[in-house]
Amino acid sequence: MNKPFQTPIVLLGARLLSPYIMVFGWYVIFHGHYSPGGGFQGGALLAASILLMRVAGGRTVAELQIKEFATTPLAVIGVMIYFATGLVAVAMGGYFLDYGMLPIPGMEPDWLRYTGILIIEVGIGLAVMAILVMIYDNMVRGEDYG
Amino acid sequence: MIWELELIIYVFLALSAVVALEVTDMLVAVVMMTIFSFLMALLFIAMGAIDVGFTEAVIGAGVTGILFVVVVFRTSRKSND
Amino acid sequence: MKILKVLILVLFAAVLIYAASDLPYRGEPDNLMHAEQSITNTRVMGSYFIQNAYRDARTPNMVTVVLGDYRSIDTFGEQVVIYTAGLIALLVLRKSKRRRKK
Repeated sequence: MNKPFQTPIVLLGARLLSPYIMVFGWYVIFHGHYSPGGGFQGGALLAASILLMRVAGGRTVAELQIKEFATTPLAVIGVMIYFATGLVAVAMGGYFLDYGMLPIPGMEPDWLRYTGILIIEVGIGLAVMAILVMIYDNMVRGEDYG
Repeated sequence: MIWELELIIYVFLALSAVVALEVTDMLVAVVMMTIFSFLMALLFIAMGAIDVGFTEAVIGAGVTGILFVVVVFRTSRKSND
Repeated sequence: MKILKVLILVLFAAVLIYAASDLPYRGEPDNLMHAEQSITNTRVMGSYFIQNAYRDARTPNMVTVVLGDYRSIDTFGEQVVIYTAGLIALLVLRKSKRRRKK
């Protein structure tokens, strides 16, 4: 990005704002059972907090928060959490993505469905966050942005 | 929601869309598109689709704005027509 | 040319407004999608979701249950689409180290 953006005042404002956006993103993911929101919205909020630091601080500050090479494995981990949940349900004798068959002891099938929805929402959030950050990183890759 | 407020939002929606199409400075167009997305989110919430409005506010007004700003600074800022 | 553009936009807006005048009112309880039985006397799926979402998954937010449980394979497809978009952005926009040296 261009140099005139990166003043200390903008960086201070972004550093003040970014952790709160990130906490709100995790809140949206984990409170999605009771209020509007869910994995996609929470992941987009996490990506917004990371992108705010990347725009304001440049490459050296961005490397401290989340490294560039770490985004692609995070996306793969997010998709694999979702897929592995479905495959575990198949291995335990149910249908694909049938959360009632997940092997967690001591839970009724309805509470198992509750837990399964929570697991896949975390997977969706991780994947969406990593992919949005990955697109930004690849767009500014050739540029010397700080 | 109150219908007068919705009417005002519709008027500003059309205004921001026309300004985003007609202006020559691309950064202004990006800001206008962000305003368009935010007003769309308000309308979705007024219609009772809170999840859709939330997604529109986060994606359309947040992440897409940042990506378009990056594209504007990597290409030219003035448009020809 | 500019007049033609504005004319096309206004005509298209008129067509859209005319089409929207046929839609049912928002939130009306007599609408077809809120009925228990559809026109062909089959059961409407939405009524099942509304009645049984809390009993099936113990989740008060119905939208989460529909997206994450009843329609979870649809959400999985959406996830794969986002992942593919990210991979294509990686492939198109990446600059290899060998080319950067030249």
